[in-house]
Amino acid sequence: MTSKSKSLPAHLALPAPKRLSNAWKLRLKGLALPLAIILVLEFVVRIGWLPSYQMPAPSEVALTLGELADGALWKHISASLLRVLLGFAIGASLALVFAAWVGLSREAEAYLEPTFAGLRSIPSLAWVPLLLLWLGIDETSKIVLIAIGAFFPVYLNGVAAIRDIDRKLVEVGQMYGFSRTRLVRRILLPAALPGLFTGLRSGMSLAWMFLVAAELIAATKGLGYLLSDGRETSRPDIVLAAIIVLAILGKLSDGILASLEKRFLAWRDTFNGQNAGE
Amino acid sequence: MTAHLLDIRVERKSFASATELNNTALNNVVLNNIHLQLKPRETVSLLGPSGCGKSTLLRIVAGLEKDFQGELNNHAGEVAFVFQEPRLMPWLTVEQNIGFSADKQYDKAWVAQLIDEVGLGGFAQALPKALSGGMAQRVAIARGLYSRPQVLLLDEPFSAVDAFTRMKLQDLLLQLAERHAIALLLVTHDVDEALYLSDRVLVMGNRPSSIRQELAVQLAHPRDRRDPLLAQLKALSLTELQRAHVI
Repeated sequence: MTSKSKSLPAHLALPAPKRLSNAWKLRLKGLALPLAIILVLEFVVRIGWLPSYQMPAPSEVALTLGELADGALWKHISASLLRVLLGFAIGASLALVFAAWVGLSREAEAYLEPTFAGLRSIPSLAWVPLLLLWLGIDETSKIVLIAIGAFFPVYLNGVAAIRDIDRKLVEVGQMYGFSRTRLVRRILLPAALPGLFTGLRSGMSLAWMFLVAAELIAATKGLGYLLSDGRETSRPDIVLAAIIVLAILGKLSDGILASLEKRFLAWRDTFNGQNAGE
Repeated sequence: MTAHLLDIRVERKSFASATELNNTALNNVVLNNIHLQLKPRETVSLLGPSGCGKSTLLRIVAGLEKDFQGELNNHAGEVAFVFQEPRLMPWLTVEQNIGFSADKQYDKAWVAQLIDEVGLGGFAQALPKALSGGMAQRVAIARGLYSRPQVLLLDEPFSAVDAFTRMKLQDLLLQLAERHAIALLLVTHDVDEALYLSDRVLVMGNRPSSIRQELAVQLAHPRDRRDPLLAQLKALSLTELQRAHVI
């Protein structure tokens, strides 16, 4: 940052490519540990320290993944993706509605909050038997379970986000005589957005978790089914392949939300972990 | 009485407090028997210690505080408020913050003119996080002026900036009030600021407070901060504040 004092154009042009290579360097640093683990595993399995029927070599898992990609993998992925997206959409939008209601009205809080607090204390997987009894083993019960899983983080973060809004900003709107809806649109919604994104992201990760739970219990397709299929046929390579696909999909969906967050919340003045001197 | 833009009479303002007993209610009286008038283009300061209720009085004038005994006559129409902190919306640019009250259909030319007038040319698209405290307060003043008010209420507007920035902002405020023919009602705990800016300074005491003294500052603008009359009036107001056991 020393070039800032000398405002020569030639100096200003320099830092850009340098920063880009820094970003790549950071990414490479992040890859170092996984690569090392893969190499060590490959080595350890190849020389026979670990039995390959328990821990297949990474190259073997990659081969299995390739075979699956030629066959049934896409069917499983699309089934799982559809369930997660549908469940998340239903759970998160209901949660946003209730969070707005409870967050904005003391009356609604008095009526609803104790019930939600009670429901929240039920471990969500405890719903599984009931959902199976009520809704059967087809799609509906799975989607409802995922929706329940996604609901609470979104709801909790949503209420907290609304209640954390700076009263001083709200007062500016009151000073201008804003109506309730205008206050929500102009001040409350944008001010609550950071908290809402936190909720949506943790809701999304819980949706994936509940997808696996639902598919492990009863399913004929999906990544969770692939997991239990791999266990039943003693194929750890299939189990690992399914885990890797789940990790990729989870990371992708979170990445989409994260980039949306970055785009909508560029105004935030927050610490980004960099040293001030750099 | 129509010669006055604002005419406020507060017989009593108290904060209802559930935690305290009824017989101590007298301690909760913030304002007692206050009469305040503001003429067109006049600058009046309310000077007093923290917690004396001067901000509450300003909030009553702004209509933010409605629970009081007394009456508020507003002949001014548009009244704007500048808070102690800039209170800019962090997700909006400088330009959007200034036109905040008109949503997205704000008058771009008028906003651009205000940006120039407060000396922030080139910062129209900047976000509040990129502004210094003094710059943010300039945006807040411009936002106050956007609705073309006849009265601007200011609640300790410069208490959070350093002494030199404060002096610059005081001069800017006077200049803007002059240009747009605005009356200013200012709350401050800075004696020098009150005397330098105002036509009249109203000295308030501790709770329950009333106006203890009214000082007329008969000096033309632009004023010299070193003017002996200001020093003389400062001595007078300090004496009164001492008598009120404020200092």
